[in-house]
Amino acid sequence: MISDATKARFAKEVAKYPAEQAQSAVMACLSIVQQELGYVSSESEKVVADFLGMAPMAVHEVTSFYNMYNQKPVGKFKLNVCTNLPCQLRDGQKALHHLEHKLGIHMGETTSDGLFTLQQSECLGACADSPVLLVNDRKMCSFMSNDKLDQLVDGIRAAEGKA
Amino acid sequence: MSAQDIIDQFAATGVQTCFHDRHINPQIYAGLNGSNWRLKDYESRGGYQALRKILGKDGSEPNAETGVAGMTQDQVITTVKESALRGRGGAGFPTGLKWSFMPRKFPGQKYLVCNSDEGEPGTCKDRDILQFNPHIVIEGMIIAAYAMGVSVGYNYIHGEIFASYDRFEEALEEARAAGYLGDKIMGSEFNFQLHAAHGFGAYICGEETALLESLEGKKGQPRFKPPFPASFGMYGKPTTINNTETFAAVPWIIRNGSQAYLECGKPNNGGTKIYSVSGDVELPGNYEVPMGTPFAKLLELAGGVRKGRTLKAVIPGGSSSPVLPASVIMECTMDYDSISKAGSMLGSGAVIVMDDSRCMVKALQRLSYFYAHESCGQCTPCREGTGWLSRVVDRIEGGTGRAADLDLLDNVAENIMGRTICALGDAAAMPVRAMIKHFRHEFVHHVEHKTCMVTANATNV
Ligand SMILES: NC(=O)C1=CN([C@@H]2O[C@H](COP(=O)(O)OP(=O)(O)OC[C@H]3O[C@@H](n4cnc5c(N)ncnc54)[C@H](O)[C@@H]3O)[C@@H](O)[C@H]2O)C=CC1
Ligand SMILES: Cc1cc2nc3c(=O)[nH]c(=O)nc-3n(C[C@H](O)[C@H](O)[C@H](O)COP(=O)(O)O)c2cc1C
Ligand code: SF4
Ligand code: FES
Repeated sequence: MISDATKARFAKEVAKYPAEQAQSAVMACLSIVQQELGYVSSESEKVVADFLGMAPMAVHEVTSFYNMYNQKPVGKFKLNVCTNLPCQLRDGQKALHHLEHKLGIHMGETTSDGLFTLQQSECLGACADSPVLLVNDRKMCSFMSNDKLDQLVDGIRAAEGKA
Repeated sequence: MSAQDIIDQFAATGVQTCFHDRHINPQIYAGLNGSNWRLKDYESRGGYQALRKILGKDGSEPNAETGVAGMTQDQVITTVKESALRGRGGAGFPTGLKWSFMPRKFPGQKYLVCNSDEGEPGTCKDRDILQFNPHIVIEGMIIAAYAMGVSVGYNYIHGEIFASYDRFEEALEEARAAGYLGDKIMGSEFNFQLHAAHGFGAYICGEETALLESLEGKKGQPRFKPPFPASFGMYGKPTTINNTETFAAVPWIIRNGSQAYLECGKPNNGGTKIYSVSGDVELPGNYEVPMGTPFAKLLELAGGVRKGRTLKAVIPGGSSSPVLPASVIMECTMDYDSISKAGSMLGSGAVIVMDDSRCMVKALQRLSYFYAHESCGQCTPCREGTGWLSRVVDRIEGGTGRAADLDLLDNVAENIMGRTICALGDAAAMPVRAMIKHFRHEFVHHVEHKTCMVTANATNV
């Protein structure tokens, strides 16, 4: 089931396209689901499919093709650090290593308290701001020196009562 | 403080890469400070004057012959043609020519699409345009829609820059409320609806036909070209796709005329170009300068090579473009023709600078991984070839490479080039060949000595 508020968000996306092309809104609807539930389950895919009049398999093809959809639950805060070459030249890789060390996990993993998932990412389109990371798909944090990474992680831990 | 507040604090610290006075004659970034992105600010910079001009709503006298004020569709397209504006998305295709391919009298729906899926490593110019001057893109798209008789458009924005997507939606609301978008724009007979869409992490969706597939709600797998989008595009209808920066250049051209634009650049390369300078420079950022500006000048604007080191190599047009050694690039001017003559491509204008402490094998390793990761898997040469390239460079870097590996790399690259549906295959192959051509000795050293000849004596890697 989806809430009326979520339905309204879906409808706003669908309205951008010709009536018979509701499928065009699938990218946006899935990202709304992910924002609200943290990941895209197969039940969510079914809900989106019904809403847009698509086959669930066609929705799943989209979820699995695009890198940013979480096909499994992730930590409450997903951190994506860019390590592509332009960022690598300006400590992107080091930022990733620093976070691995700080969080005690390898990239791709989630901390045992369920707070953080750490991932490497490809170019975020913010290369001059390196080191950069994306928090929960929507918030870009730039010029993330080790100090600032520490402040970010410690701050979130404190706010979540897990300091 | 909530966790969201904490994240917001850090999210707010970035994006200042275009607020400096080190542009030269800027047209798109001129006068931006980060807080003046709204409609009223844009109007006070002369915004929407170009739209008024083509619609004959700028108070000018009607044309003596036709009795009508404003510009005809043909006049707009001719003006863009004469300006020598070339596509800023990477291929440098003449924009006016592309617009003239759109069937003018097509009976059904036609579409206009802006490609803001900027994902070419090194490129971060479109984000700053969308974030700090969104209305310039909207105005450029309205003018293009008018010229080609298109009534519906979409801007497809890189999923990773969500703040820019949200802002673009806000700017669209402003433009609708002011009567610049919608039905009967400014009291004319011209209608244009514009919407924002977003990607979600797939580099390949920057390729125009993959982008169209994505807009249709599918996996982003490129289509065969031809047919080009101009004849078979979104939902199979005639569609014109241009890059964000291409559309952003249009209002200036209409306001100031094609001659002024052309004169600002150099022949066949009109106007300014935004270069995203990253890597080993003191001041990484976006620099808007006239086409044909010497590379040395651009490097100087970016504060020169970091820590006073020596320039070693530059990738001049995004990660897909072949690397050029310092001696070659220092002789180039930054425009399509000069960079192409030097054996590379201006591409998206992402200038990746590497100093003498950098190992080229390691640089190539990261790029080859990227292309293998982002191949959409449709064509065998690309899917298998990019995997091979990545694994072989990996083992050379890791010290287990073999003497025959250099030829193997060249061979695999050659077997990808020209044998794939889209240009991603070439984009993966070209950097490999250029790296081996210009820095062969480093690869050989890795194979023979199992170690790096460069980073051994360097301090900043
Ligand atoms: N900005 C970025 O993030 C990235 C940019 N690129 C760049 O993309 C470039 C390759 O892009 P492509 O679209 O494959 O290049 P292309 O040469 O196939 O097309 C360029 C543009 O001209 C149009 N066009 C070309 N010939 C035409 C014809 N005969 N009739 C009608 N329209 C025609 C195409 O539709 C397209 O819009 C590379 O040079 C690379 O630099 C690559 C990756 C990322
Ligand atoms: C793999 C690949 C990725 C691309 N990514 C982008 C991109 O992110 N932005 C863009 O404008 N063009 C990109 N292009 C080029 C587009 O296919 C197309 O040529 C361009 O959007 C046309 O606009 P223009 O004529 O204004 O340059 C890419 C091409 C390829 C092959
Ligand atoms: S060249 Fe690569 S990315 Fe392009 S269509 Fe073929 S497999 Fe997909
Ligand atoms: S390479 Fe890291 S953001 Fe572009």
